[in-house]
Amino acid sequence: MNDTVMQYLLAATVVLPLLGAVGALLPPPPGLKGKSPDQAVLRHGVTVTGAVLALSIALAAGFDHDHPATMQATTDISWIPALGIRIHLGIDGISLPLLVLTALLTFLCAVYSYFKMPAGPSPKAFVALILVLESGTIATFAVLDLMLFFLAFEVVLIPMYFLIARWGGEGRERSALRFILYTLLGSVVMLLGLLLIGLKAGTFDMVTLATDNGSHLSHTTQLLAALSIGLGLAVKAPMWPLHSWLPDAHTSAPTVGSVLLAGVLLKMGTYGFVRILIPITPEGMQTFAPYLGAFAVIGIIYGSLACLALARQGTGGDLKRLIAYSSVGHMGFVLLGIATLTATGINGALFANIAHGLITGLLFFLVGSLKDRYGSTDLDRLAGQTGAALYGRAPRLGGLLAFGAVASLGLPGLAGFWGEMLAMFGAFKPAEGLDRGAYLTFTAIAAFGTLLTAAYLLVVVRRVCMGEKATAEATEPLLADVQGYEFAAWTPLVALTVIAGLWPALLLGLTDPAVRTLLGGS
Amino acid sequence: MGTLIQSVDWIAIAPPVIAAAAALVVLVVDLFVSDTRKPLLGWLTVGGLVLAGLSLLPLLDGDRSTFCLTVRGGDCSYVADHFTIVVQLLVIGGALLTALLSMHTMAADELPAGEYWFLLLSSASGAALLPASRDLTTLIIALEVASLPAFALVGIKRGDRLSSEAALKFFLSSVAATAVTLLGVSFLYAATGTLHLTSLAHGLTTVDPRLDTLAKAGAALTLVGFAFKLAVAPFHFWVPDTYTGAPLPIAAYLSVVGKAAGFSGLILVTVVALKPYADVWGPAVAVLAALTMTVGNAAALRQRPDAPRSAVRLLAWSSIGQAGYLLVPIAAAAYAGTDEIGTTIAYALMYGAVNLGAFAVAALVARSAPENRLTDYRGLYARRPLAALSLAFFLLCLAGLPPGVIGLFAKVAVFSSAVHAGLGWLAVIMALNVVVALVYYLRWTALLFTKSPEPAAVILPLTAPLTAAIALSAVLGIALSGAPQLVLRFATGGLL
Repeated sequence: MNDTVMQYLLAATVVLPLLGAVGALLPPPPGLKGKSPDQAVLRHGVTVTGAVLALSIALAAGFDHDHPATMQATTDISWIPALGIRIHLGIDGISLPLLVLTALLTFLCAVYSYFKMPAGPSPKAFVALILVLESGTIATFAVLDLMLFFLAFEVVLIPMYFLIARWGGEGRERSALRFILYTLLGSVVMLLGLLLIGLKAGTFDMVTLATDNGSHLSHTTQLLAALSIGLGLAVKAPMWPLHSWLPDAHTSAPTVGSVLLAGVLLKMGTYGFVRILIPITPEGMQTFAPYLGAFAVIGIIYGSLACLALARQGTGGDLKRLIAYSSVGHMGFVLLGIATLTATGINGALFANIAHGLITGLLFFLVGSLKDRYGSTDLDRLAGQTGAALYGRAPRLGGLLAFGAVASLGLPGLAGFWGEMLAMFGAFKPAEGLDRGAYLTFTAIAAFGTLLTAAYLLVVVRRVCMGEKATAEATEPLLADVQGYEFAAWTPLVALTVIAGLWPALLLGLTDPAVRTLLGGS
Repeated sequence: MGTLIQSVDWIAIAPPVIAAAAALVVLVVDLFVSDTRKPLLGWLTVGGLVLAGLSLLPLLDGDRSTFCLTVRGGDCSYVADHFTIVVQLLVIGGALLTALLSMHTMAADELPAGEYWFLLLSSASGAALLPASRDLTTLIIALEVASLPAFALVGIKRGDRLSSEAALKFFLSSVAATAVTLLGVSFLYAATGTLHLTSLAHGLTTVDPRLDTLAKAGAALTLVGFAFKLAVAPFHFWVPDTYTGAPLPIAAYLSVVGKAAGFSGLILVTVVALKPYADVWGPAVAVLAALTMTVGNAAALRQRPDAPRSAVRLLAWSSIGQAGYLLVPIAAAAYAGTDEIGTTIAYALMYGAVNLGAFAVAALVARSAPENRLTDYRGLYARRPLAALSLAFFLLCLAGLPPGVIGLFAKVAVFSSAVHAGLGWLAVIMALNVVVALVYYLRWTALLFTKSPEPAAVILPLTAPLTAAIALSAVLGIALSGAPQLVLRFATGGLL
């Protein structure tokens, strides 16, 4: 496809949701009024996110798959010369999959909300906020200027805050405030690091900086910048011990909020590691990588143990909270992959990123639908003494939940497997200059983590999907199986999980050349 | 030896002179108009300020100076360079928005129109003179011309105990600060034998070693008066009570124009006059900046939302926090050169526009809820969607989060100057402050969109001037968010 067309396509994916958000606040034009104002604005949300998804698919189709390492569809215009900030957009093999994932998940969320609007104030603001969120996330993956990256990073905060604080469940205002304060604290610290790089290197342009590979930055600068930027990104990712905002935010968020938070917002953190820290401050990363790896594996074990504790009978564990903690564990694998500083590990990390977006997105959808049916996600309430017996009572729902669980625990043949395996593979033979002994320990611990992950997910499946039908029906007689709109929202995720699992080359072919370029190889 | 008579460039001094002339005109016209036609005076004021603003246009090309000595090096007392013009723009623009706000309060609070407009214009004239002054006498006079009418304005609500108390507090502490500054100026004069800023800077490098202590003490004391105006901690105690006691537009005026006077004076004294002492005042200003922002934000965080006048009180404390950010580039200028102060100007322009906007919405809410509690803003969106959205935008600009893009980049510029000057610790403290500040700005923003449990209060119709004030601020904020370069270009320097 023509380069100018691509350029406009990419710019449109960023700008269109913003325009759509403004449109959502305005009264619907005549002829599009629909059945009610609420229905009209929700439909508007579906239309706009659908259009963005179409644009992103067109972008993927027009992408030159033979050269995924080069930036494509680039736009580069001066915006604020005083600070040296340029509107520099572009995509390569690393950002394209994340961009499409964002567009897809947002669209699915819009479809889901069209049929199942979360309880709260008017849908007008809801749709507008989702669209702003989409624009900010897509912009994060599409910009190539450090300051714009920071701007995009901040754009998502306010919409997510209001999504949790207005449409969330119990304790929503506190969780929302906690979410925004943690992330803001992280991102202002990150800003200091970005400014340090920009002032020392004389440019904020990520492509130029990545090509330099840190050769214009002194060792001290790289250390300071890597530390402060790394901290900011680690809050977002989240890395243990900076994760404590995440379980509360997920538990309180409405279903679509959780899906977007886990599915795409967390990826902004790990994407930053790959896009900014690895190529721009290689020496800094070299120093901090072992610490990152250590925290990552602690996160894996910590997340799994927390989940095991929540899954046990009688502890009153919340299923949504459990999935949130499992995110901490999964993101631990992503961070471990990054910490290896090898092409294998980083490819694994990027793969696990996408896989986590698909699988955890699906799981949050499923848990949300359970909450709609039971009015609670308390595992003890759901499962009772003998289990919720979803297989017997709502076989499709039970089947999907079991599918999500086994995908999440990394069953070969599904998306969850490759990323984690490659990350551990990378850790087995880390980059030169890193202490192999330490990384071997990390590999061993991570491998043990996969066992724990399998354990808690199987416990969840046993308690929720299996059980005596008669006993379960005594407490909760009516249980609807999967509805049409739920199928519509979930099928793409299931299909992609299977495709990515069976045909990993589809993704790895995109990311691998780009990763090798970022690492400084040819 | 030539003539001692100095030539006067009337075009250069037009902005403060027009404001002063308008003040006199208003005072005289007040004697001849009947009570029913008093609003005319307000429009006269607005006209005068617009005229003063337009008189900046011929000065745009840059350096003009007047009141120059005809002997000895030819130092000038009045310089209209880019720094002067930008600060004058801020002062006159701020006064203009204040005037629009006042028109609406005037009727509601039964303030004496003639005196009010006269005092406002006089004060604006002084504040406009201040950035142009290049000798210490003119600086002090300008500072006093800006302050004295302000005391009267704060206490203008007749029969209001809070208002008189606020005025007295403001007056006493301000006079004390000015006295200290005068003492400092006399010390500096004694040590160097000159009052012109540039020759003072020259003189300080060759001070008699026996007078060295005197000169240093003088430098420190001189800064106090300006620090007071800018409400730098520990000279900030007057702010919350004065703001809450004063009529709302005057609080807005003090928070923007008063601050502009304070920081432009501070810049002139530190960066120009006391340049040789940069190693002394640089760290001092940096510490004061950290202290000011921390004190302001911590106190703002502790405001109870249901206390009377909590909205204005919150804005008062937050303005102290913002003053801390304004100081950061001044401190950076001690390390990295004069160009850094452009960032202060850029930040002040952003702050001026959105803070006045926030006060304008506060004035709107004060119509139906005179107590002006934060809780009165609950559910504003349901009653007045546009006003609520504007206020949310202003608050997020102040917090520095998108959609307030200009607030974000103004903060980025300030951070950038701190990092550039190697003041990493200050940048980190500021980062923490930004997070703390978000808590109270966001709480307020969230209140706007919460459902109000009580039946909606009576909605009073908007008045035209108030609408104009809110709209003007909002349009400015949005335009700047799209094109931050408009103000941020000052951050690259070349002002002084």
